[in-house]
Amino acid sequence: MLNRKDLTGLVDVTKEEILEILDTAEKFKEINSREIKKVPALKGKTIVNLFFEPSTRTRTSFEIAGKRLSADVINFTASASSTTKGETLIDTVKNIESMGVDMFVVRHYYSGSVRFIAQNTKAHVINAGDGTNEHPTQSLLDLYTIKEHKGNLEGLKVAIIGDITHSRVARSNAWAMKKLGIDLRLYGPKTMIPRDYLPLGCKVCNSMEEALEDCDVVMMLRIQLERQGIALFPSLKEYSKLFGLNKNRLELTKKDAIIMHPGPINRGVELPSYLADCDRSVILTQVENGVAVRMAVMYLLAMQQNTKLGE
Amino acid sequence: MVEKEILNKHEIDNILVRLSFQIIEKIKDDADFALVGIKRRGAILADRIASTIEKFKSLKPMIGYLDITLYRDDLTEISEFPKLLGSDLNFDVKGKTIILIDDVIFTGRTVRAALDAIIDYGRPKKIIFVALIDRGHRELPIQPDFVGKYVPTNIEEKINVKLHEIDGLDSVTIEKRG
Repeated sequence: MLNRKDLTGLVDVTKEEILEILDTAEKFKEINSREIKKVPALKGKTIVNLFFEPSTRTRTSFEIAGKRLSADVINFTASASSTTKGETLIDTVKNIESMGVDMFVVRHYYSGSVRFIAQNTKAHVINAGDGTNEHPTQSLLDLYTIKEHKGNLEGLKVAIIGDITHSRVARSNAWAMKKLGIDLRLYGPKTMIPRDYLPLGCKVCNSMEEALEDCDVVMMLRIQLERQGIALFPSLKEYSKLFGLNKNRLELTKKDAIIMHPGPINRGVELPSYLADCDRSVILTQVENGVAVRMAVMYLLAMQQNTKLGE
Repeated sequence: MVEKEILNKHEIDNILVRLSFQIIEKIKDDADFALVGIKRRGAILADRIASTIEKFKSLKPMIGYLDITLYRDDLTEISEFPKLLGSDLNFDVKGKTIILIDDVIFTGRTVRAALDAIIDYGRPKKIIFVALIDRGHRELPIQPDFVGKYVPTNIEEKINVKLHEIDGLDSVTIEKRG
């Protein structure tokens, strides 16, 4: 059972906790298919989306998730805030907390900043992406989508291709998949494979073929052009040719392998349109499942308060 | 603790048949109705009532199951973490007569939560509430339309409804402290 105030990453979350979140998400998915997509579970709770980095999909997904649980959701974006006036991060958090906030959903450009915030507030904190560290709810929605399509998780072969170093999605997935007994293979340009900080036992492949061979799931990562100070590969065209997915490469995988992408897609770079939109692509299902998974995380964390106080 | 049986399997069976006939009489020719059981034991009773109705009216009633956890008014106060069971209503509630079924009515708060949950699926024409046991002590102005057995209880006493599907046998007992 989930026993924590915050979800800052999957590095310290147990297999049982992950499975409980996925189980709960399944119950919430049903709510999202109703005509009236709302339940009163978090009525009277206030959730603040604290985003220090631009985001539309993740922020909207968290906002919808909170609202479907009947919480009041407030969006706070850094550009319009006092952080630009010189206030420290913790002061900003403590000021908002003083207004009776129960939960923060935080995205920040520095790795570790979300954990730092969590340690300095009584409110629950959910990491919505911190630097290149973790993006736990994205990984959870990936796992949920994989489980939905494959029935189980253990023993599956998953390839994650692309910019591993800069990808917090890859890092969260690496921690989680390792715990769940998934055979994870990583591949990308040598300049984009981290030299440290990967869970023990993560396999870094030497070729696209090695990574894709007999895979159940192919996850293509986005080339994060905005995160690169220096050029890590010569041109987009070359990247696409060497590290992009195409029809021939897809044939190396299992016949029923699914294609995933955390979005937003650079069409024609890591993934051509004909594959992004084909029937093996589950990219929009990932987005759909994101709402249910975030509802589950919000619900399970908010319920914690009660059990903790009693103990 | 003293546990005393107040209904055995045979008596439960008879009561469920009687409740089924009361439901059939109540809905008359209104074919647009559905049974909704409150999880977990209300859901099982709904299944049993559905098969009895099917036997005597040769029509298979629509059936749904409700998990009211998210609608509980004490959700943020209960110390025991409730496991979500999930709801399962695969029909349009709008315009239907809903027969809501649960094993025990006590404070009325579960029924209140269930009414809200149903209405969140759409606007039913009517909701009828059926309980196997009414043990009194209402905290809300909610009364069942049909009751299997009225059992006057002390507030400290516990009513245990045991059903074959979950508990391995059919029996209703009352537990007295002391």
